[in-house]
Amino acid sequence: MNAPQSFNPDTWSVAGRTFTSRLIVGTGKYKSFEENAAAVEASGAEIVTVAVRRVNIADPNQPRLTDFIDPKKVTYLPNTAGCFTAEDAIRTLRLAREAGGWTLVKLEVLGEAKTLYPDMRETLRATETLVKEGFEPMVYCVDDPIAAKQLEEAGAVAIMPLGAPIGSGLGIQNRVTIRLIVEGANVPVLVDAGVGTASDAAVAMELGCDGVLMNTAIAEAKEPVLMARAMKAAVEAGRLAYLSGRMQKRRYADPSSPLAGLI
Amino acid sequence: MSLDASVSVRVNGEHRRVPDGTSVAEMVSLLGLDPLRVAVERNLAVIPRSTLGQVRVEDGDAYEIVHFVGGG
Repeated sequence: MNAPQSFNPDTWSVAGRTFTSRLIVGTGKYKSFEENAAAVEASGAEIVTVAVRRVNIADPNQPRLTDFIDPKKVTYLPNTAGCFTAEDAIRTLRLAREAGGWTLVKLEVLGEAKTLYPDMRETLRATETLVKEGFEPMVYCVDDPIAAKQLEEAGAVAIMPLGAPIGSGLGIQNRVTIRLIVEGANVPVLVDAGVGTASDAAVAMELGCDGVLMNTAIAEAKEPVLMARAMKAAVEAGRLAYLSGRMQKRRYADPSSPLAGLI
Repeated sequence: MSLDASVSVRVNGEHRRVPDGTSVAEMVSLLGLDPLRVAVERNLAVIPRSTLGQVRVEDGDAYEIVHFVGGG
């Protein structure tokens, strides 16, 4: 492992684009656009996820997300949240590509409303079609190392396993499988979903993930902007800890002060 | 087409009438939207933004006009 020195910035790349921040944040569930924009700023995120929805033709002059978070400064990552079939997801992303002109997208095909667990059969099918059409999909998926390899072989530009159900805030429930996915992947791996607080984000990064994607953990904090700062620090701390190579665990104590010279 | 030379379409699930001969770009503007800030699907096929001004609205068309909103 090549631990970067202070003069060597620790960046990561997806689909040919290089980023410094390893935190991707969602833009849903905020009380206001202003709060959302302030949280994005505090998080240091260079990528935000966005949804594709009908414009309100009854009231076309409502404020827009793009008025508060500038797509020229922050990379918009359109998602397919709410899609339960490959067809719906593909249709949504075709519109997203036209709306924004971007081929870097987040694919998620859900299997059921209760758990929002991904439907991997539909997800794989959608990935294959999207890649054929020139998209660069970052793919939300189960924490299955085999499924992750299949997605990578199908052309996924990033693998994004859940750490716990979307919006649950339960933390990383599957450290072993996340680590196995990281070890086997040749594309970036990001934990997508399940983070509840800063230590969860640090855990994801300590497992060797290239990044973390979260929405609710920040948006539903009592002080979202403060939590965004916490998440920024946690992702950085977890990354540095991973690069540092942690000490081995021992079963019993080992004194930190020398025994020699004891009076 | 009706007697008043307008065509009937569905936009985001809602019924609308627009003058016959209207382009999709003109229809989007008539709805109060900026064609440069939305994406338009006509009868399940995305219309490239560059051709919105050339595609004519036809009677019975179904449109989806979308944009980016907050989401995770």
